[in-house]
Amino acid sequence: MDTLLEILSELRPDVDFAAEDRLVERGLLGSFDVVMLVTRIEEEFDVVIPARLITPETFRSAEALYSVIQTLSEED
Amino acid sequence: MLFTSWGFALLIAVLIPLYYAVPQKCKTAVLLLANLVFYAFAGVFALLLLLGTAASVYCFARWIGWLWTQQKDSLAAHREDWDKAQKKSFRERMEKKRRLALALCLVLHFGILFGMKYGAGIVGLANGLFGTTWDGTKIVLFMGCSFYTFSAMGYVIDVQRGKYPAERNPFRVLLFTSFFPILVQGPISRFDRLGETLFAPHRFSRENLEAGLLRVLWGYWKKLIVADRLLVAVKQLIRYPETYNGAFVFLGMLLYAATLYADFTGGIDITIGIGRMLGIRIDENFIRPYFSKSIGEYWRRWHITLGAWFKEYLYYPISVSKPLRRLTKAARKLGDGFARRLPVYIATFAVWAVTGMWHGNSWNFLVWGLSNGVILLASEELSPLYARFHGRFRGWKDAWAYRAFTVIRTVLLLSCLRMFDCYATVPETLRAFGSMFTVWNLPMLWNGGIASLGLSFGDWIAAGVGVVLMFAVSLQQRPALLTPRFLQKPLAVRLAVYGTLLITILVLGYYGFGFDAGQFIYNRF
Amino acid sequence: MKAVWKKWIVAGIAALLTVGLLWAAQRLVMPKYQSSSIEGSLTEEYYRETLNHDVLFIGDCEVFSNFSPMTLYREYGIASYIRGSAQQLVWQSYALLEDALVTDSPSVVVFNVLALKYGEPQSEAYNRMTIDGMRWGKAKIDAIQSSMTDGEEAITYVFPLLRFHDRWSELTVEDFRCFFEKEPVSFSGYLLRTEVRPVTQTPTPAPLTDPHLPQTSMEWLEKLYTLCESHGIELVLVKSPSIVPHWYDEWDADIVAFANSHGIWYTNTIAQNDEIGIDYETDTCDMGQHLNVAGAEKLSSWFGAELLRRYDLPDRRTDDAYTAVWTEQIEQYERAKATE
Repeated sequence: MDTLLEILSELRPDVDFAAEDRLVERGLLGSFDVVMLVTRIEEEFDVVIPARLITPETFRSAEALYSVIQTLSEED
Repeated sequence: MLFTSWGFALLIAVLIPLYYAVPQKCKTAVLLLANLVFYAFAGVFALLLLLGTAASVYCFARWIGWLWTQQKDSLAAHREDWDKAQKKSFRERMEKKRRLALALCLVLHFGILFGMKYGAGIVGLANGLFGTTWDGTKIVLFMGCSFYTFSAMGYVIDVQRGKYPAERNPFRVLLFTSFFPILVQGPISRFDRLGETLFAPHRFSRENLEAGLLRVLWGYWKKLIVADRLLVAVKQLIRYPETYNGAFVFLGMLLYAATLYADFTGGIDITIGIGRMLGIRIDENFIRPYFSKSIGEYWRRWHITLGAWFKEYLYYPISVSKPLRRLTKAARKLGDGFARRLPVYIATFAVWAVTGMWHGNSWNFLVWGLSNGVILLASEELSPLYARFHGRFRGWKDAWAYRAFTVIRTVLLLSCLRMFDCYATVPETLRAFGSMFTVWNLPMLWNGGIASLGLSFGDWIAAGVGVVLMFAVSLQQRPALLTPRFLQKPLAVRLAVYGTLLITILVLGYYGFGFDAGQFIYNRF
Repeated sequence: MKAVWKKWIVAGIAALLTVGLLWAAQRLVMPKYQSSSIEGSLTEEYYRETLNHDVLFIGDCEVFSNFSPMTLYREYGIASYIRGSAQQLVWQSYALLEDALVTDSPSVVVFNVLALKYGEPQSEAYNRMTIDGMRWGKAKIDAIQSSMTDGEEAITYVFPLLRFHDRWSELTVEDFRCFFEKEPVSFSGYLLRTEVRPVTQTPTPAPLTDPHLPQTSMEWLEKLYTLCESHGIELVLVKSPSIVPHWYDEWDADIVAFANSHGIWYTNTIAQNDEIGIDYETDTCDMGQHLNVAGAEKLSSWFGAELLRRYDLPDRRTDDAYTAVWTEQIEQYERAKATE
């Protein structure tokens, strides 16, 4: 979780990711950020995020994203 | 059938009472009938294609759905005797089959769409290459085909992704594909979202009826009083680009922005309003787009459903596709920053090239699409700079004047880009654009220039009042739509508003033959 | 319960108000045809008539410009009316006659044959001028259905607001002044013109592509005959004097054949000019297309005598009900002739 928060704040230093839960809806995470984020997460956590999981729900909050990453790493 | 035809008004006038008069289980049939009547006007072949698309989409989705059930059943049956690797390889095998089915479906339907859109060009090319003399001009894009194809493909992709199971009732798929309010110009709808309200029981509600009516009237108001009227001037400006230089180009840019907004949002208002009158909630397609502070934000607020479709089904899949992942990995040698940007850049340009092609079939649209991509990427790359700027000048970001500046900047920027879909060719567009800075002819506007655009003084007044009213309504709609607040008003006020809207549409609307007194002057017979 | 009633009453008032305003808007934007295109007023002006007519003229401009009912009354006591309108097509003439026969019972109907050359709807503007003024009835509905040109919508005849709404920005004082009541523009359907513009040249007519009048026209002429026959009316066919447009011999032959086979009177006044005496130096107001008042009176004088010779028409100059109305009209006519 800490690693994820680190990646996130590296990407958008101006956003408090621990508190936000409508990241995409409020336009805090744009589509560029999402793709950059996916690339970084895949590097860092050694998972593959399939396109079907790249939805506003997944990137709603840091927590939601983290739980998706966990599910993915368990599946492998 | 066009929204602005008497036939359509009649269809709605018959449909709504009938829809609420029949029992719940017949409502789908009534809607399907309305869809058929509506689309029959597009011609027999167009109707057949629509029905064929619905049938094909139903079958493909059921096939993919069957593959999902197979997988689930087999995995359950072999829960004990298969090991993890066996299960995984089975899953992958099934996934491959589902992908194959999806690919077939996509190739078929996008193939048809592509063929219709570029058919004339392809035939022309073939004639040039093989010396044949086929007539390609007969190939035309059927009304609404790009919209319903996108909606339908979204459904099949969702089923393939396992987002929800395939629909078993073919009539529901048909109703979703052919739902007439969204057939011509969207919004591009999602099966899960629209279906939820489309297939739900609908009881008559005065609130829905009134809210829908208000929306429909407002939509027609924008379309008939502002859009169709200003379109005359826009067309005139584009038809004679050599004459209308400099200040006229700037005027045309602004007029086109107003026309496009009034026309498209007006049409969507009619769509959403009719849905609402039927008790069906259709997704919003615009959220006050001209108040965006950047092009990126604008594309999240203008034609929302198209942007969302492309993002979900094209942009993300491309950016995380296997070839691109491999490329990213290989690019890491050249630096992390470069490698991380690579998928973003490639996916962005791919999506905007397709978006451009979606909007039209000439080079202009491709250039227009790619320019949007360039600006989006540039503003993304410049964002640290902005951050530093705002760090230096704290408080600016929230100042009223600065916000207004960003809004105006965005509108001007997107208006400039839109010139590509106004003028006939790319060089023509660039020349016209350049003339804004080289030809100084501002006084010509009022020295007969504006008067030569085909609109009377009264027309300009009507359109001007219309634009001001649209702006005022937009301002009022922050933070939320006006409708719920409006419905709280006393009955007399509400009725007065409906009556006024109706009367002004009928009197001031730009429709019909137009009155040309000269035509009525008696000459010979 | 009371609250519900109140709501319905409010809704009812609002609906009435909306309809009322739309009606007013429609009245306002409809062309009044009072100072320009005045022939647009002709159709509805007929409904001002209170007395019966013994002779009814139907047809295009060649009836409302070339025949003067004043002369017919003054010289022969014939009570006549002209239901003419600009480019009145034969099915429109039929409809206008059918419409007139609801309240009128003429013994002779005179149809001018020029419009027979058109077998298809021609002009939206002339359709409006002929049809908009008609009262509602089967005849009007038929006229609308058979007259609409491409792109016209029947609903715009039911609600002319939808056709003329564009005039909102061109409204004049006249539109407000004539909101309730219009001024008459004709004398029993005759449009008085006094100016003289002599014929300067006679253009050579283009060769005909089809030697016959259109089939549709002739079918309508047959229907017209049947309509008259069923009402015991004598149908008379006439071709008014004119230099342009050219009246072809081939067309004339078609009409002659029709008249002979049906045993009705047809007169081509162009051929009768020695008797009538139209002088194209002094008797035309637009270089040979239409007659001016001098020409119209000459023609009417001749035509009235011919009518009396052939048909038994009463002399209304001895009928008090008629003299009151006609004397006043003839006075106005003479005044207008003097001042124009």
